[in-house]
Amino acid sequence: MSAEKIRLTYREAVRAAIREALIRDERVFLMGEDVGRYGGCFAVSRGLLDEFGPERIRDTPLSESAFVGAGIGAAMGGARPIVEIMTVNFSLLALDQIVNNAATILHMSGGQFNIPLVIRMTTGAGRQLAAQHSHSLEGWYAHIPGIKVLTPATLEDARGMLWTALEDPDPVLIFEHGSLYNMEGEIAADAGAVDISRAAIRRAGKDVTLITYGGTLFKTLEAAEELARDGIEAEVIDLRTLRPLDDESFVASAARTHRVVIVDEGWRSGSISAEITARIVEKAFYDLDAPVARVCSAEVPMPYPKHLEDAAIPQVPGIVAAARRVVRGHE
Amino acid sequence: MRHETGRTQKNKRQRLAVDREHALHLLREMLRIRRFEEKCAELYAATKIRGFLHLYIGEEAVAVGAMQALEPDDAIVSTYREHGHALARGVPAASLMAEMYGKVEGCSRGRGGSMHIFDAATRFYGGNAIVGGGLPLAVGLALADKLAGRSRVTACFFGEGAVAEGEFHESMNLAALWDLPVLFCCENNLYAMGTALARSESETDLCLKAASFEVPAWPVDGMDVLAVEKASRRAAMAVRCGGGPHFLEYRTYRFRAHSMYDPELYRDKQEVEEWKKRDPVTTFRARIEAQGLMTAEDWDRIEKEIAEEIARAIEFAEAGTWEPVEDLTRFVYSERPG
Ligand SMILES: Cc1ncc(C[n+]2csc(CCOP(=O)(O)OP(=O)(O)O)c2C)c(N)n1
Repeated sequence: MSAEKIRLTYREAVRAAIREALIRDERVFLMGEDVGRYGGCFAVSRGLLDEFGPERIRDTPLSESAFVGAGIGAAMGGARPIVEIMTVNFSLLALDQIVNNAATILHMSGGQFNIPLVIRMTTGAGRQLAAQHSHSLEGWYAHIPGIKVLTPATLEDARGMLWTALEDPDPVLIFEHGSLYNMEGEIAADAGAVDISRAAIRRAGKDVTLITYGGTLFKTLEAAEELARDGIEAEVIDLRTLRPLDDESFVASAARTHRVVIVDEGWRSGSISAEITARIVEKAFYDLDAPVARVCSAEVPMPYPKHLEDAAIPQVPGIVAAARRVVRGHE
Repeated sequence: MRHETGRTQKNKRQRLAVDREHALHLLREMLRIRRFEEKCAELYAATKIRGFLHLYIGEEAVAVGAMQALEPDDAIVSTYREHGHALARGVPAASLMAEMYGKVEGCSRGRGGSMHIFDAATRFYGGNAIVGGGLPLAVGLALADKLAGRSRVTACFFGEGAVAEGEFHESMNLAALWDLPVLFCCENNLYAMGTALARSESETDLCLKAASFEVPAWPVDGMDVLAVEKASRRAAMAVRCGGGPHFLEYRTYRFRAHSMYDPELYRDKQEVEEWKKRDPVTTFRARIEAQGLMTAEDWDRIEKEIAEEIARAIEFAEAGTWEPVEDLTRFVYSERPG
């Protein structure tokens, strides 16, 4: 990678990744509601229609099931579709296609038909959009064999995961947290594809492991800084990929720090945080000095008022408090 | 061996009178499906075939007639009632039977069974057991062809029950909006399990529904293989020439229960008997015999050849092997070389 840096937003990083994919491989096309003339409901695809035309930046009707299914069919037919779904909430209308077709056809066909499809969607709360626009359901998708689930949190991952996903012969779901699009920072001018098979240690530490992904990564890093002022050195692990889950990374970290807090914007019950807890208990139980702790969303449909929404999702003070509890045994 | 797999015959387009060779071909293809499935029912009773088994008996003219209109590089998307489509398309009877048995020699390695016949060699994109689930896939296959500038057709088979699903409406709209080469093949056999069309749809004229998406649509006598062939060739040609999606409603009837579990409480025996008078196999046989295109000896010969083909298919399936349990988790994700 070159030393030259450029400044850009997460949104621009995703756009650059899509643009590069369209240039690199003429089989690639983007399709979804309002990706073209409107410029994408989160402005990710703004400008791409002018550059690539309506065949490749394809506005769809409000038909999640049909256009996601059409993406699956197109992938089987040799194209390389990137399907954008406005938010994870609306992906539920396409659940049949994702779960019953995308995830199963390779297996049911005895390996004959693979589905090189990428589906991108936003997830998460924090913008006062109430219960039908704010949920974090990526953990549900991580339940399903046959698909891969990516959660880019950093600019590098926003820029690099798409190409990796497009090169994958199987269906890949990419979840972009809605609160990240405006995040700005510097990345290498020539940043490109990234490995998706490993979790990343975003901050090294010896006293406690904080495991998170996507939208809560930066809150968790902030919490780690606050803990450091207290003399607690937290290791922050960004899962990056929820399926397949790189459990080696977090199990090894748990074995080093002996204490774990999982930060997950999904609901606690039946969540990816529950799965991570189970794996740590299965693989590193005797290394633990304290029970695994979790900071998740409150078990309510997401409320609209800011103070209630804030109270419903993981926040820095809650993460700090949970970490102190597992380190000191009380608080 | 040439007749062992389903074939389509070329250059028979729009002919009023059918010649002997083609007449025998159509009859043979329909009879193959009939005899194959009768044997499947026996094998099911003998617990050789398990799971859900949906027989196509009574509807053979649709698959055979429609397949005549398709070229080898066209694609087919089908339902759980797809043995007839698969056989008529050319999926070998032996690999189909081995699939029913769940043997690794089956066309889907035994992983799909009766409801999930997949065959890359004939571009048969499955047996889908979610009602309506195949329609968006067909739209996507057609989109891929259009984007790549290929003039291929994707034929999508589904029952009239699927018309009530949102995926039908979304897919018809998308295909029409984007002018995609999909041939929508609706097999209206009057019942979705036990629910008659009038009990599930406010508007029972299916062509009218298709027309509301600006898709050319017409009804076809699905008990008459020649009528099916003629309409399908016409529609497929229009699709292939860039005319956008077309919709055919094949009016047909299934003589057997919905599946092997169905006690058939929803329809009279009398009704079934009435429809059996229009049996696509026996009526076509009578017709071409009357025209002097076929003799009793021809029929006996065809029966014998089909019986032999099916016997070989069963032998193949019986001799097949079970996939080792160590392979259980293969094909969840693609296997990459190296
Ligand atoms: C989405 C969905 N709902 C319900 C079923 C259960 N089911 C299987 S077949 C069937 C009837 C479908 O009838 P139709 O589409 O007319 O096809 P046919 O069986 O008559 O060929 C139903 C309700 C299913 N497989 N998928």
